[in-house]
Amino acid sequence: MLKTLTAQTHSLHINGATFEVASGTSVAAALLLAGQPSRFSVGGEPRAALCGMGICFECRAVVNGVPHQRTCQLLCEDGMTMETNR
Amino acid sequence: MSSTITTEVLVLGAGPAGIAAATAAAEHGRRVVVLDDNRKPGGQIWREGSTAKVGSTRVRNSKKRRALDRLYRSTALLLPGRTVFNASADGLVEATCENAADRAVERIHFEYLILATGARERFLPFPGATLPGVFGVGGLQALVRAGYTIAGKRVVVAGTGPLLLAVAAHLANDGATVSTIAEQAPFLKLAAFAASLWRQPTKLLQGARFRSSLRSTAYRTGCWVTEAIASPHGHTLSAVRLTDGKRTWTEPCDLLACGYHLVPNTEIAELLGCAFDGSFVMVDAQQRTSIPNIFCVGEPTGIAGLDAAIVQGEVAGLECAGESTQSLRGRVLKEQVFAKGLERAFGLREELRLLPRPDTIVCRCEDVRFATLQRNAEWSDIKLQTRCGMGPCQGRVCGPAVEFLLDCKPASVRQPLYPVALRALCSAIEPISEVEIIEISEFSNTEEKV
Repeated sequence: MLKTLTAQTHSLHINGATFEVASGTSVAAALLLAGQPSRFSVGGEPRAALCGMGICFECRAVVNGVPHQRTCQLLCEDGMTMETNR
Repeated sequence: MSSTITTEVLVLGAGPAGIAAATAAAEHGRRVVVLDDNRKPGGQIWREGSTAKVGSTRVRNSKKRRALDRLYRSTALLLPGRTVFNASADGLVEATCENAADRAVERIHFEYLILATGARERFLPFPGATLPGVFGVGGLQALVRAGYTIAGKRVVVAGTGPLLLAVAAHLANDGATVSTIAEQAPFLKLAAFAASLWRQPTKLLQGARFRSSLRSTAYRTGCWVTEAIASPHGHTLSAVRLTDGKRTWTEPCDLLACGYHLVPNTEIAELLGCAFDGSFVMVDAQQRTSIPNIFCVGEPTGIAGLDAAIVQGEVAGLECAGESTQSLRGRVLKEQVFAKGLERAFGLREELRLLPRPDTIVCRCEDVRFATLQRNAEWSDIKLQTRCGMGPCQGRVCGPAVEFLLDCKPASVRQPLYPVALRALCSAIEPISEVEIIEISEFSNTEEKV
């Protein structure tokens, strides 16, 4: 099975707003492109991806309703929902 | 639902060391399974660019291509997207599969285990380090490869290690303006290191190539970040404070990539009870750990880079297949010299211990501030009294920082090594069918051949 190299995009829902990314984009990268923090810390600070390799857990968010997903290890798919406010 | 797999050789990690080990063992007739946390093999140094970028910025990497082609031609079975959370020396590793809807547990039985778990960046706390816009050095590179676009952004690259130059060149090629590279190591140490590379001209040439693509970037040695400054309205980065120890100045930027070289991923080796030599897993000339059927290759045995990882992986793979590895001895020893050079050149300066202020966050998972840590001494006390290291990263980020700041060695590794859903842990054991295994393997192998 060969993947086509045409520029495909995926439509995502980030905190309810629609956002388009190129196919092959990780969820963490999509959140950065959308200018959204991935989570708020226990002290209420906004946080975004740090290590990019699944170690630090700073990029975790609620993806498709599943909490605590390491978004740097997930690829965007069409219709995916992300919540970063909890 | 959980599943069980039985194999002769189990390799943990599909970076250069793990790929070399798996290929060597499989080519010599062993049944091999490789688990990796990422979606694709290659580890950090050979991390894939996103498909969004194919044909534009992706550089052909022939060493990587050759290694992956050989792995795919071999009989080794690659299982990506697996997070190992438990291992025991009597022959069992447990992992969760990210792709499975129910994140089921897989139990893999092995005769020989090869740990190729690589390294992560060392992060040191400084005021403002938790602001969005502050990344690791390898971290920012990985995110850019995963589709984050940085064209037109002003970037400062800081910290220490050979990664700084490589990543700065990559970011510049992707359209960022890298204004400054702040390398904390002093010029004299770096010059001595460069001079010691005369026996390995390819490594020296690589550095020179990176430098030539960064003509407008200031490469400052003996220079480090003291603070990341937020924009007036709050939560984005607007500048960093840099110092050379005498003078301090402000450098406006949109992004900061800051990492202090590498620390080995040794949690699985610690859990198994392998003997250590300082921070690293102790191995003999055959890469065997203190436990006879367990081998360790690459960065967990000493930060030595790509070429060391490949040859060590090959040695361990051949040993598992009962083959002689005498002919590889020279290459192993040569790379050990390189490792010593790295250690001497990129040792951390004392001033970095003074960077955190009392209110600077050290543990990002639990928002533990520096002031609360100073009152305690032992790692177990620190954990119990402050919750430092008790969050989901389980001390992988704050542990090495606390070790450097307070001379307190993080201890007490235990399973689960990563957070696991209770539902997955409780799942019943059901054997995986041969058909399923073949399907997984064909999927992962064809997907790579774009």
